[in-house]
Amino acid sequence: MSDGLDVAAVKADFPILDREVHGGRLIYLDSANTSQKPRAVLDAMAHYYANSNANVHRGTYLIAEEATNALEGARAKVARFIGAPASREVVFTKNATESLNLVAKAWGRAHLRAGDVVVLTELEHHANIVPWHQLHDELGIELRWLPITADGHLDLTDLDQIVAGAKVVSFAATSNVLGTMLPVRRLVDAAHHAGAIAVVDASQHVPHAATNVAAWGADFVAFTGHKMLGPTGIGVLWGTSEILEATPPFLSGGEMILNVTKEGFTTNEIPWKFEAGTPPIAEAVGLGAAVDYLEGLGMDAVREHEVSLTGYALRTLAERFGDDICVHGPADESERGGVMSFTFKDLHPHDLTQVFDQHGVCVRAGHHCAKPLMRVLGVAATARASLYVYNDEADVDALADAIAAAAEFFSFSGPPR
Amino acid sequence: MPGLEDLYREIILDHYRSPRNRGELPAPPATRVEGFNPLCGDEIVIFLTVANGIVEDIRIGGQGCSISQSSASMMSAAVKDKTFDEVLRLTNAFKAMMSIHVGGDEHTDAPPDADVKLGDLEALRGVVKFPVRIKCATLSWNTLAQAIDEATATKDP
Ligand SMILES: Cc1ncc(COP(=O)(O)O)c(C=O)c1O
Repeated sequence: MSDGLDVAAVKADFPILDREVHGGRLIYLDSANTSQKPRAVLDAMAHYYANSNANVHRGTYLIAEEATNALEGARAKVARFIGAPASREVVFTKNATESLNLVAKAWGRAHLRAGDVVVLTELEHHANIVPWHQLHDELGIELRWLPITADGHLDLTDLDQIVAGAKVVSFAATSNVLGTMLPVRRLVDAAHHAGAIAVVDASQHVPHAATNVAAWGADFVAFTGHKMLGPTGIGVLWGTSEILEATPPFLSGGEMILNVTKEGFTTNEIPWKFEAGTPPIAEAVGLGAAVDYLEGLGMDAVREHEVSLTGYALRTLAERFGDDICVHGPADESERGGVMSFTFKDLHPHDLTQVFDQHGVCVRAGHHCAKPLMRVLGVAATARASLYVYNDEADVDALADAIAAAAEFFSFSGPPR
Repeated sequence: MPGLEDLYREIILDHYRSPRNRGELPAPPATRVEGFNPLCGDEIVIFLTVANGIVEDIRIGGQGCSISQSSASMMSAAVKDKTFDEVLRLTNAFKAMMSIHVGGDEHTDAPPDADVKLGDLEALRGVVKFPVRIKCATLSWNTLAQAIDEATATKDP
C-alpha cells in the first residue's frame, strides 16, 4: 500500500463486507449516503446494552452512573475529535438534519426577522435549504445563493457583495454530490466580516478529513454519526459556548430543564438544554467507538487514502470510457472528497445502478437531496459512487466492470432526443 | 433471483428508444400537469385534451428512466380515444399488476376487471420484482389521473 492505510485489514473489521449479494462479493460504494460499521462499533453498543443499560443523569445506582459516563465520555471523544474547545459545546441530536433545523428554528427564530438575509450555496443538501425556506415563509427572511463554477467549485468572484449585510452564511464543507471541498475558513471570515454567523454543514467532511472547528472559526458545525462509521440515530451540532447560550431550546420536556413549576420553567445548561428527553445513549456509545476507530487509523491517513483512490478512480473511468462518461465536480483529486457523481452516455442513472446491483455494486442514483444543484448541472439525476476507508482499487475496478456491463446490456444509442 | 431480463423486456426498451406521443400541446386549451418521483428526481409532464368524457389527445414531456418513460409511452398509446371510465379501469388494472390495491381494503378489495386488456403494458409486469422501481412505472398513471381531474374540473361549470 502506498498510502498509510492497510485496507485489507480495515475491510476485515467490517462484518457486512463478508456478505454475498447476487452470488458475489458486496462492493459498497455508497458511503456518502451511509457508511458501514466496524465490529468495534457494533460490539461497543452491544456491550453497553448487555452491561450498563440505564437512563442517564437520573439514577444514583452504579449502572446509571456507568450509562451517564458512557454518554458524557462519548461527548468528550467527539469534542476532542473535532477540535472543540469544550465538551459542553457538543450537542447530540438525531442527525445532521436535526442539527441544521435546530440552528434555523431555534437560533433563527430568536435572532432573525423579516428582510434578514441568509446566504446558502448552490450545492447544498436539502437539509441546509428547506429549514431556511420555512423561515422565509414564516418570518420573511430572504435567501441569497453563492453560485458554482462550471468545474464544480464555488464561485467566489462576488463573495463579498453576496454576503454583504447578511445575518447567516450556511454552507457545506464538502459537497455530497460533487465532492468539492469548500474553502471553509475563507467563507467563515467573509461571513464574520459581513457581521453574519457562519454555519458549516460538515456531514461529508468530518468522516473523511481531520476537522478542527476552532481553526475554522465557525459559529455552528453540523454533522451526522452514521456517515462516519457510527450508528444511525445520532448527530452532532457543535456551537461556540456564546452562541449556544444565546440560542433558546429547540425541543422541550425532560432533561432540558433546571426547574419546572406550574408557572413556567428554567432551562438546563448547555448542551443539555438542547437534549430534551432520553438521549440516544447506545448510539452515542457507538459514535464514540467510531471516533476511536477513525483516530486509530489517523484522519490524515484516511484523507491520503481517499485522495489516492479517488485519483485512481478518475483515471480508470476516463481511460476505460473516455467521453462516454461525465464525472461532475473538480478534476483534481486533491481538491475533492471521494464522491463521484457521473452520467454515462444517455443512460438514466436508475437504469445504470439497476445493472450495477446485479454485480453486487452498491451505488446511489437520483438527485441526492440536492435538487437545486441538479438544476444548475442541467441533469435530473446522477449515479454517485463514494469511497471510504474500506474501499480499494479492486472495488473501483468492479465499478468500471459494472459500467461496462450496463453499456453492453443497453447497447443501443440511447433514446432519440 | 429476478434477472435484468425480467425488468427490461424488449418492448420496454423499444418504447424507451422511440417514445410514442412525445411532445407538447398548447396549454390552454390543453391541460398541463407535472408529476415528480421524489425518490429519483424523475419528472413527467402530461398535456391532455378531453372532449365528451373522452381522452382526445395526449402528449408526454419530461425526463426519466427507461421504466418511467416506457410506462408513460405505453400509457399514452393505450388511453387515447378512450372514455374516462375505460381509462380508470385500465389504471386500476395496471396498478393491480403493480400490486397496488386501489380504493379499499387490500384484503377484501374485489379483483380487478378480468376483461381489461393491458396489451403492451403487460411487459411491465416484471417491475413488481424490483419494488423500488414500482414508483417509476406508476408515475405517469398518477399524473394522468390528476390531469383528467383538472381537465374535467375546468370544463364543468
Ligand atoms: C451534506 C449533507 N448534509 C446533510 C445530510 C443529512 O444527513 P442526515 O440524513 O443524517 O440528517 C447529508 C446526508 O445525506 C449530507 O450529505
